[in-house]
Amino acid sequence: MIERIHDLYDELERQRVMLSFKGALSPDLITALLGAVERKMEGLESDPRTRKRVFNVVMECLQNLYHHNTKLREDQERPDAAPEPQGVVMIAHMDRGYSVLTGNFMAGIEVEQLKNHLDRINGLPADALREFYRETLADGKFGRNGGGGLGMIDIARKSGGKLEYGFVPYDKDSAFFSLNVNVTT
Amino acid sequence: MESLQLEGNPKTPTVNFDPETGLFELKGRSIPENSIDFYKPLIDWLDRYGRSPKAKTALHVQLEYFNTSSSKCILDLFKKLEGIRATGNEVTVLWHYEADDEDMLEAGEDYAGIINIPFKMIQIEEVDGN
Repeated sequence: MIERIHDLYDELERQRVMLSFKGALSPDLITALLGAVERKMEGLESDPRTRKRVFNVVMECLQNLYHHNTKLREDQERPDAAPEPQGVVMIAHMDRGYSVLTGNFMAGIEVEQLKNHLDRINGLPADALREFYRETLADGKFGRNGGGGLGMIDIARKSGGKLEYGFVPYDKDSAFFSLNVNVTT
Repeated sequence: MESLQLEGNPKTPTVNFDPETGLFELKGRSIPENSIDFYKPLIDWLDRYGRSPKAKTALHVQLEYFNTSSSKCILDLFKKLEGIRATGNEVTVLWHYEADDEDMLEAGEDYAGIINIPFKMIQIEEVDGN
């Protein structure tokens, strides 16, 4: 195990990973991760628009992980504590921008709907994507946490590119959802 | 009626709604995990204000970031103001955006396209952080 720490560091360094995290997410941890991303971006990126877009995408992706998650950690030592959503996030510096990768477990039954939503978003040019955002904003439907279907549309608008995604079946009820969002400069 | 004042933090904006002057301010960052919890008291307050509003109401929105969880809640705030305007009062939204932040300008335009209130887009140098 001990020699693998250096391998892990090397691998992350090679991939130009700015930040990576795997584990249980809480609102406080999301605040801390966003703070770290903001500080890193200030040193790395001179274009304020790109800095803001990366921050926005990371924020939406982390909140997606937090809200849409079926695998919740049961705290063995504090059985009364609320279970926390599990996820993985990695932000890497690319030659022409930044890559925001996230992964989380979701209900298998919702895979088809999410896939259709992402395909629809990927099929729209920028102006139609903006129109889709406006329609969804004005539709009067609230999700449990207020978002109401805007998250992925906003992520795609801030990215300016296509959303890369994948689903891996996990068990009979759930699947692992992976998302890669490129923010190009 | 009491004014509504909330201090901003890294996740929620500074709120300053003064019923005596009709001057309202929403400033900072709006990126909480659950925006409904944060915005419900603001919307309830506007409901009460709307019963006897000032002849002129102006809402200054100066956000550095807002998440999609906040988007529809902010629209709800505007809808309350739209209702106040519909009863014959003057209502304006002043949407502040940083000079380099075209995305924030577009977000303001998106609201202006949905809500029947005059929006003024105001370019500023830099939004104060928290």
